[in-house]
Amino acid sequence: MSKGSPISPSLMATKSAGAHKAPERIERPADAGVEHAAASPVLGPNNVVPPTVMTGSQAIVRSLEELGVQDIFGLPGGAILPTYDPLMASKMNHILVRHEQGAGHAAQGYAMVTGRVGVCIATSGPGATNLVTAIMDAHMDSVPMVAITGQVASGVIGTDAFQEADIVGITMPITKHSFLVTDPNDIPHVMAEAFHLASTGRPGPVLVDVAKDAQQGQMTFSWPPKIDLPGYRPVVRGHSKQVREAARLIAAASKPVLYVGGGVVKAHASAELLELAELSGAPVVTTLMARGVFPDSHPQHVGMPGMHGTVSAVTALQQSDLLITLGARFDDRVTGILKSFAPNAKVIHADIDPAEISKNRTADVPIVGSVKEIIPELSDALRLQFEASGTPDLSNWWAFLNNLKETYPLGWTEPEDGLSAPQRVIERIGALTGPEGVYVAGVGQHQMWASQFIKYERPHAWLNSGGAGTMGYAVPAAMGAKVGEPDRVVWAIDGDGCFQMTNQELATCAINKIPIKVAVINNSSLGMVRQWQTLFYEGRYSNTDLNTGHDTVRIPDFVKLADAYGCASFRCERDEDIDATIQKALAINDRPVVIDFVVSPNSMVWPMVPAGVSNDQIQVARNMTPDWEEED
Amino acid sequence: MTRHTLSVLVEDKPGVLTRVASLFARRAFNINSLAVGPTEVPGISRMTVVVDADGELIEQVTKQLNKLINVIKIVELTPESSVQRDHILVKVRADAATRLQVTQAADLFRASVVDVSTESVVIEATGHPDKLTALLSVLEPFGVREIVQSGTLAVGRGSRSMSDRALRSA
Repeated sequence: MSKGSPISPSLMATKSAGAHKAPERIERPADAGVEHAAASPVLGPNNVVPPTVMTGSQAIVRSLEELGVQDIFGLPGGAILPTYDPLMASKMNHILVRHEQGAGHAAQGYAMVTGRVGVCIATSGPGATNLVTAIMDAHMDSVPMVAITGQVASGVIGTDAFQEADIVGITMPITKHSFLVTDPNDIPHVMAEAFHLASTGRPGPVLVDVAKDAQQGQMTFSWPPKIDLPGYRPVVRGHSKQVREAARLIAAASKPVLYVGGGVVKAHASAELLELAELSGAPVVTTLMARGVFPDSHPQHVGMPGMHGTVSAVTALQQSDLLITLGARFDDRVTGILKSFAPNAKVIHADIDPAEISKNRTADVPIVGSVKEIIPELSDALRLQFEASGTPDLSNWWAFLNNLKETYPLGWTEPEDGLSAPQRVIERIGALTGPEGVYVAGVGQHQMWASQFIKYERPHAWLNSGGAGTMGYAVPAAMGAKVGEPDRVVWAIDGDGCFQMTNQELATCAINKIPIKVAVINNSSLGMVRQWQTLFYEGRYSNTDLNTGHDTVRIPDFVKLADAYGCASFRCERDEDIDATIQKALAINDRPVVIDFVVSPNSMVWPMVPAGVSNDQIQVARNMTPDWEEED
Repeated sequence: MTRHTLSVLVEDKPGVLTRVASLFARRAFNINSLAVGPTEVPGISRMTVVVDADGELIEQVTKQLNKLINVIKIVELTPESSVQRDHILVKVRADAATRLQVTQAADLFRASVVDVSTESVVIEATGHPDKLTALLSVLEPFGVREIVQSGTLAVGRGSRSMSDRALRSA
């Protein structure tokens, strides 16, 4: 093992050109997040529009324009019909999806790559309820999104009218806030408030439900409206005394870990994080939601923590004496059994949502605020602290962690059935596409492999459904990401189960020239469930065989399906064809590409912390736990 | 489990009661009582929520309530620093033979008789929940036919006003 050196070169990914230079997206005024909130809480350029008489539906469209919205995903229906008429004349780009869930996930994908608010529109009743999964997904992963739904006319609300659903009531627990608009004059300020709420503080989905008569009625539009949210005052700046206390703890710690979550991505604070990490010398773990916010190739990166995290990352947390928690929330998939998680660690917890602090794990030093502001302040405080008390010696800690990194690197065993290893397919996609690509996963084994075997060097390059675990997220979210970042290669890394849930959006992609690339990691089964059946249900494969893969009836045939949707489509069944097939896909940019990668159903995701046990029980392969020889 | 009394200032908007109630249900917090009404400030309502929860849980309750956009301010009122009152209406069996005993019992608790019939009386009482429990146990032997009880109302002692402070900071 490499004593005294924090670098284990064998594990460093080859640093791609420009990886570190990849800039944070240059923000337009419309991106006004927390940091601009003081200037005007109304997003967009705040053009002054003198009072103008128009209909409510025109006011919705005009408000969206004034808020700086460029792209919208939606599908019309009776109760939202009035709004679709003025939308036709707008410069905004409306993308007609094939299912409202697709609109919701597309808005999420769009928001995740651009940092701007994603917008989706649906009609009342089933249109609105079809958005529910995406709204819940955005709520769990703190994605800034505004969902606009039509509602039946206010006079018949509550009468079980045709296509009436109480969508405000239905989504109440899964939105940051929601509005029911029955007076057209409320539209401008409600729209501005919705965008303000979605994009500031802890981002999240906001629902605006507009009764049909409010869309049809006359109103007087003026801009910018006054935002009146007396109960909404997100704290942005961290408490300086707490920041100094955090610096004191860091300087005194011998086994610190930067436990970095998706909040750092949302706050666009990767540069600030890099500075703090290099200053402190502490190891960094990036959670599933934070992959890429700290470069994988950086020697201080020890991996992803959690149920399928690396041994080095999981163990770093378990053995740590100080967790420097930044925009993470001690999710059960990270902590395992909570009371056995990082038992000897003190906890610094910085988060913009005060309710996350001490929700699961009690914080010794709570810091409420935006990590965008807290991290640089912490770096400044730490510099002073180091000057006063010296820089701590972390060489024993690094020797221990580097030994783990070297001994237990991520890897896979070749399947015995002769089929390709899914991990290899995913690893090759990442290697041939590079860190400037965007990778969007569905949920399951392929999601974990995509988080493990693609090297992420920049934030906003990795999208997945983390908290909600929504199968079917990948294709529509990739579509939204491609609309938001048209110049990037966008891959949907999907499973054969997930793909069958939302592949109708291939039609949207083909017709609207949104050339995403879909890699169906086809193991012919609901793979993650199957893995649990293998491990915990004696191999009784109850209802997990999908018959899409090798030696099956292949229903559906993904190649034919993709062809029918106007996509380029390939099947890849042998290791020697993987690179060539990926290259063919990378060369096609005039239409979507779908590749059916036929892989082994027997590959499993390792390492794994079985559910319901301590993270100390991590297994690197079936029934194999690491050999814990601590050398310090 | 300790009993906590939270005074919550909210915007008087449609659905705000549902938001508060569904938050309690979703997060598995237990509401002991809830009272809602207007305040001296137009557009602002006040909820008094009594919750049974331990220290860390009550902190979560407060934080989660604070996340609701329509919630403006939350103050926990301790028994020492506040006046807390419940209101109760009790219909008690009382005929010519027992009526006097029933009304005397009510008098002892400074409760008043607000309706009388040949078979029953309705007694109205206001007070700390402990006092009302005592009153009910005294009335029980006569035969309690109906009880209607409000949620606890609570106000901090002294001259300070919760809504003044809340609206200044808003």
